[in-house]
Amino acid sequence: MSLNAWGASLGAVVAAEGDSHFPPKVADFWQPLVTFGHVGNTTIALTRPMVVLTLVALVLSVWLVTTTRRAAAVPSKGQWFTEQVYDFVRNNVARDMIGTKDFMRFVPLLFALFTFILLSNLSGVIPGIQMPPMARIGFPIALTLIVYVVYHWIGIKKHGGFGRYLKWMIPPGIPGWLMPLIVPLELLTYFITRPLTLALRLFGNMFAGHMLLVVFIMGGWLLLTSGSIGLALVTIPAWILGFVMTAFEILVQVLQAFVFTLLAASYFGGALADEH
Amino acid sequence: MTGDVTLIGYGLAAIGPAIAVGLIFAAYINGVARQPEAGRLLQPIAILGFALAEALAIFALVLFFIRL
Repeated sequence: MSLNAWGASLGAVVAAEGDSHFPPKVADFWQPLVTFGHVGNTTIALTRPMVVLTLVALVLSVWLVTTTRRAAAVPSKGQWFTEQVYDFVRNNVARDMIGTKDFMRFVPLLFALFTFILLSNLSGVIPGIQMPPMARIGFPIALTLIVYVVYHWIGIKKHGGFGRYLKWMIPPGIPGWLMPLIVPLELLTYFITRPLTLALRLFGNMFAGHMLLVVFIMGGWLLLTSGSIGLALVTIPAWILGFVMTAFEILVQVLQAFVFTLLAASYFGGALADEH
Repeated sequence: MTGDVTLIGYGLAAIGPAIAVGLIFAAYINGVARQPEAGRLLQPIAILGFALAEALAIFALVLFFIRL
């Protein structure tokens, strides 16, 4: 069977499904629950990611309050778990990246970032929720804005004024003829590349990962309901791969929460460094 | 059969970061195999390098949105 015929038969399967969302598109991530109105071309609505993020914030608050309210020298199971997560952010992220001198004042922000991103990412695979809010670009941009403002603010304060902060960005000992090349590159790194990659990395990983799961699981469902036994048998490998990819996705979600926090901490550490 | 030729372009663009990520973790594994006590020191460096190399593939993914 030629690839063309295979494509045509698959196309027929998809067409028969009617309002099927297969293959998944970018627009499928726009899921308004309640629409309030329109301003120009912008729709104002309460969307599914917003509800998920609110839920994440609530769960985190309840978790942290209940496990730390009666903090004891001999910790309970819940307190022990909270302390493990806190210790991880404090020692393996903040202290390693910022240095022992002034890492403590960044631990609350980094801990909040890590737990918030981790739980919101994991909600992409939690049954019943299955929506990673970070697959909508607005949410990573908001988190990145916080990090962006903080690392520039502490950099300006540390180096005494905006002008000296800009001067500090240029590594010392560069020969004069290289300056026209190095200066724009350094400025680009600090003001554009860093926030752009920080936001896009989280967004891209969550978006692509969720898309992958949708392809395997929804695709398997389409094959199963296609009415052909041959195609229905292909459901088995499709769903096995869907399962494997879900496990892989959990790994990626944890890793991305860690990477975001790690990079934020390394930007803070970089802005506080005496030398470039 | 319908499709979008830009997807092939994205596949090709992902080769570079894929090799980069492979090299980074190869070096990390090598380092830990030779000096197991350096593992804790090397891990954040490896993940940092991985994140930076991966950014290139993510940039290419964004072109997907510009195209649509």
